[in-house]
Amino acid sequence: MRNILTTCVYCGCGCGLYLHEENGRVVGASPSKNHPVSRSNLCVKGWHAHEFIHDSSRLTQPLIRKNGVLTSSGWDEALTYTAKAFRKIIDKTEGTGIGVLASAKCTNEENYLIQKLARAVFKTNNVDHCARL
Amino acid sequence: MTNSINEIEHSQVILVSGSNTVKTHPQVARRIFDAVDSGASLIVIDPRRSPLARHADVHLSIRSGSDIPLLNGMMRVILDENLADDAFVEMRTENYHALRDMLYRLDMDEIVALTGVSLDKISRAAKLYARAQNSVVCYCLGITQHICGTDNVQAIANLAMLTGNVEKENTGVDPLRGQNNVQGACDMGALPGVFPGYQSVADPEVRHRFERAWQVSLPKTAGLTVTEMTHAASDNPIKGMFVMGENPMLSDPALGLVRESFANLEFLAVADIFLSETAAVADVVFPAATFAEKEGTFTNTERRVQLVRQAIAPVGESRSDLDIITALSEKLGYPMPYASAAEVMEEIALLTPIYAGIFYDRLAPWGLQWPCFDREHGGTPFLHKYNFARGKGRFVPTSHKPPSEPTDAEYPFVLITGRSYHQYHTGTMSRKTPVFNRECPEGLLEIHPLDAKTYNIRAREMVRLSSRRGSIKVKVTLTKTVNPGSLFTTFHFAEAAVNELTVAARDPQAKCPELKVCAAKIEKLET
Repeated sequence: MRNILTTCVYCGCGCGLYLHEENGRVVGASPSKNHPVSRSNLCVKGWHAHEFIHDSSRLTQPLIRKNGVLTSSGWDEALTYTAKAFRKIIDKTEGTGIGVLASAKCTNEENYLIQKLARAVFKTNNVDHCARL
Repeated sequence: MTNSINEIEHSQVILVSGSNTVKTHPQVARRIFDAVDSGASLIVIDPRRSPLARHADVHLSIRSGSDIPLLNGMMRVILDENLADDAFVEMRTENYHALRDMLYRLDMDEIVALTGVSLDKISRAAKLYARAQNSVVCYCLGITQHICGTDNVQAIANLAMLTGNVEKENTGVDPLRGQNNVQGACDMGALPGVFPGYQSVADPEVRHRFERAWQVSLPKTAGLTVTEMTHAASDNPIKGMFVMGENPMLSDPALGLVRESFANLEFLAVADIFLSETAAVADVVFPAATFAEKEGTFTNTERRVQLVRQAIAPVGESRSDLDIITALSEKLGYPMPYASAAEVMEEIALLTPIYAGIFYDRLAPWGLQWPCFDREHGGTPFLHKYNFARGKGRFVPTSHKPPSEPTDAEYPFVLITGRSYHQYHTGTMSRKTPVFNRECPEGLLEIHPLDAKTYNIRAREMVRLSSRRGSIKVKVTLTKTVNPGSLFTTFHFAEAAVNELTVAARDPQAKCPELKVCAAKIEKLET
């Protein structure tokens, strides 16, 4: 079993925790002893932070709505389809017709890149996330 | 937060307002309890008798939405008792006379009537807070989710500045940030008016710097906020949306409007780890990797930038949002060739002064707290040491603003929404966790036993809860946590989605919706 030191994904306290990895699966979580916030302690969400990872309802393939139904597709098809749809709206509205929701659950790097995508590629400042909710 | 979490345990007085800290920020609550154990005093401002309120020296159980009169009343007591920090006010603030004149005009009887709190309690809280050498204020969405949220925060700032309770260790004003990386998402410019590091999109100098770095021309005016995008309904200027790891179809207020807005989109793409309520109505859904399947950083509520490390390969064909964004950008003719998340952070450091010293090799083991201005800078445990970001702290007098939807004969209850310990936000992750579903399987409506008696409702009975915008069926729990005339429930559960009921009204400046007050009624179900 490998222990990987990482940061909890639930609340803004930001506890340091170890994920326990065995045969490619995350099988447990435990607190970091010396982390300044967690100090050997996690709340119930931290202790169980790994449990949703292998839930059977995880999305594992891109989906495209075809005849009203979400249907499995390949990555290239889904990305090309999405790029075309956005390109049409960008050209029609000069960007003002696109809205982007970033995420308080994603990493800094991902949030940086999505606002860069919104501003530099979609040409809009319509980018926000759930900070107010 | 202007402080670090651990500083709270050394404070002499802790004032907590609008935060169910024990349930939503357990580690902060732990510091508060440690402080109380070593002799600190605790003041809790909350319409509900939260678990923290039970341990308070003074619990000010205000009417929801009367924070400003309460805080003004406390400041008036501080003036009357001569407890203001005159030296701090003189050297570090401006516009004090406007605040003082407003406070001297206050009618304390009116304040008691508006807040429902006795003058004695207001006075005790004010004296406790002002007399200590190190007082800290922790606040959360109970302060901000009102139509007067900005003014509520200003009133807290006025209180802290009037007593000089900022600038020192163990002393400050601490907004508790909710989600694991809501602080970081704001820092990274996932906001309509600012680039990373809170640099205005309207500032030509800033914009030119980003235009040079990104080699494109950039839009000049601020964009729309989330509820402006999701509440526009049929007039929606937004035709296409890209949603990454969010679930507005459950989290946003006035869901009827949200549904209409999404139905009117020409195109919706969603990246998520599960088929959320929002992903279910999308045209394209990208399967995203979880936090255990990627590298990156989160920034916690005390501004600590920390590493997220990969434990396993992405499940199935899922990809990290980083990979999804860069692949989509390339398809749109703007390649983003980053070899790793660390390389993205190097670009962030280059363009974001408060993150200029944040590099991956410096983040082990416990991260760095921004502002961190260069590679030599050790980070900043508490803010405003010698001056405020704008120079002098400015007093802005604020006055009471009644909630957007008053109660009346038809809708006599004040409905407050919030969170529970065992579930998280819209439940996308927590409801896939067996232990949490065992402990908290369904939404419960908290009602005072006296009200339950009036309506002849028993514990665990299913009732209809309605507002002017919608109605849901929800199970009742009788508790004195809420005052008579108030109701409380959580928004985690799609099958009892309380945001069908909440109001669309929002603070005009912060655009924060008023999720803490709406007029509601309950009815017994036909049996």
